[in-house]
Amino acid sequence: MIEIKNVSKWYGSFQVLTDCTTHVNKGEVVVVCGPSGSGKSTLIKCVNGLEPFQQGSIVVDGTAVEAPKTNLPKLRSRVGMVFQHFELFPHMTITDNLAIAQIKVLGRKRDEAIDKGMKLLDRVGLKAHAHKFPGQLSGGQQQRVAIARALAMDPICMLFDEPTSALDPEMINEVLDVMVELAREGMTMMCVTHEMGFARKVAHRVIFMDRGAIVEDASKDDFFGQPRSERAQTFLAKILQH
Amino acid sequence: MNYHWDWLFFFQEADDGLKYYEWIISGMGWTVAVSLGALAVALLLGSVLGVMRTTPSRLLVAIGDTYVDVFRNVPLIVQLFMWFFVIPEFLPEKLGLWVKQELPYLVTAIIGLGLYTAARIAEQVKSGINALARGQRFAGLALGFTEWQTYRYVRLPMAYRIVLPAITSEAMNIFKNSAVTYAVGILELYFQYKQIIEKTSQVLEITIVVTAIYFGLAFAMNRVLAFIEKRSAVPGLITGGKGGH
Repeated sequence: MIEIKNVSKWYGSFQVLTDCTTHVNKGEVVVVCGPSGSGKSTLIKCVNGLEPFQQGSIVVDGTAVEAPKTNLPKLRSRVGMVFQHFELFPHMTITDNLAIAQIKVLGRKRDEAIDKGMKLLDRVGLKAHAHKFPGQLSGGQQQRVAIARALAMDPICMLFDEPTSALDPEMINEVLDVMVELAREGMTMMCVTHEMGFARKVAHRVIFMDRGAIVEDASKDDFFGQPRSERAQTFLAKILQH
Repeated sequence: MNYHWDWLFFFQEADDGLKYYEWIISGMGWTVAVSLGALAVALLLGSVLGVMRTTPSRLLVAIGDTYVDVFRNVPLIVQLFMWFFVIPEFLPEKLGLWVKQELPYLVTAIIGLGLYTAARIAEQVKSGINALARGQRFAGLALGFTEWQTYRYVRLPMAYRIVLPAITSEAMNIFKNSAVTYAVGILELYFQYKQIIEKTSQVLEITIVVTAIYFGLAFAMNRVLAFIEKRSAVPGLITGGKGGH
């Protein structure tokens, strides 16, 4: 589904990604972790072309992201993405947030788009809030709406960029619950997250990044059982300490 | 004070058969026409330039920046003289002649004042767009929007809300700035004001009345935009002012 091959990226002379190679198979859940500044968010934003990269290639469902001829808007409309800061559109009701891209990008009829949005909103447990604006919801609620908004496009896979990092602790679980359910339904997912509990529960593979490079790419059991690299061991020891 | 007050002179007939109050009303009409026309030009062009300056294209940014630099750094009155007297000389002969002889002064004045104000609106629209979180653009793009669609549906609706108070000031300024167009022959309120002083010497009455009219026009514009600001306020979102000031 997602093939990342030898991707390198520079900001000016500063290299943020170094020769990253990995993949996500259909139906697979891959968790990307690592210290801040390690390039995980940048890597995941390269997958749908939000961040350009100078070397290597990324192929999503047969389409090369970096190819100049690629219709990026079309590719992106098939890849769902959830952001750290939710990024709902503040001037639209929840209903419109869920419907707008279905209407303007996929060309669905308004009724159909709203119907679809409502079903997904119900699924994330927020049907009663449809008429509200994002600013009237809690962070956890906003993030659940953001997931529903991405799902409304019927994505072939989902990218999560630290979806719980900006949330108060008591709201993290309501978002993770939605993600766990999604994973169990067989959605292909690439998740940048520090939630190791989530990784243990649903991940198939865990990727550990440090200083722009993929240091460890292992099955979940191998990663948590015996990480090969010393840096991953230290990282795990630190975040699992408490 | 030995001033001879005479409020009734407004109802006296002037040389041209019209009464002085009719001069004032006519002047006010031209003032409103120049101002609203220029405001329309400024909002349209200012928005386009403001957007251009936030795109990833270096060329568009350079064009927008140059425009703003030029039009903000030259006095309005000089710009008007440019449009009326200098630019026509550089046009092809027939077109230049047409501009000088056939094109109504009003149109040239609207363009002059509009292009001047557009530079200021462009600056505000740009700062409004830049005030938005970068993630909003990403969120739009990630849903499959084109760059233009992220402006149309995501960025501009919020940017305009953010800069509405600043645009309110510009819209009020435009009435005041329109007084300068008397210098290129527009028979607007300030022109009529000068005329009436020359004819009647009733300086205080006419000054008080003209002051009140300019105040009224700017204030009406303020109220209209305050209403728009209130109507477009986003529930659950804290923005700058509570409307108008």
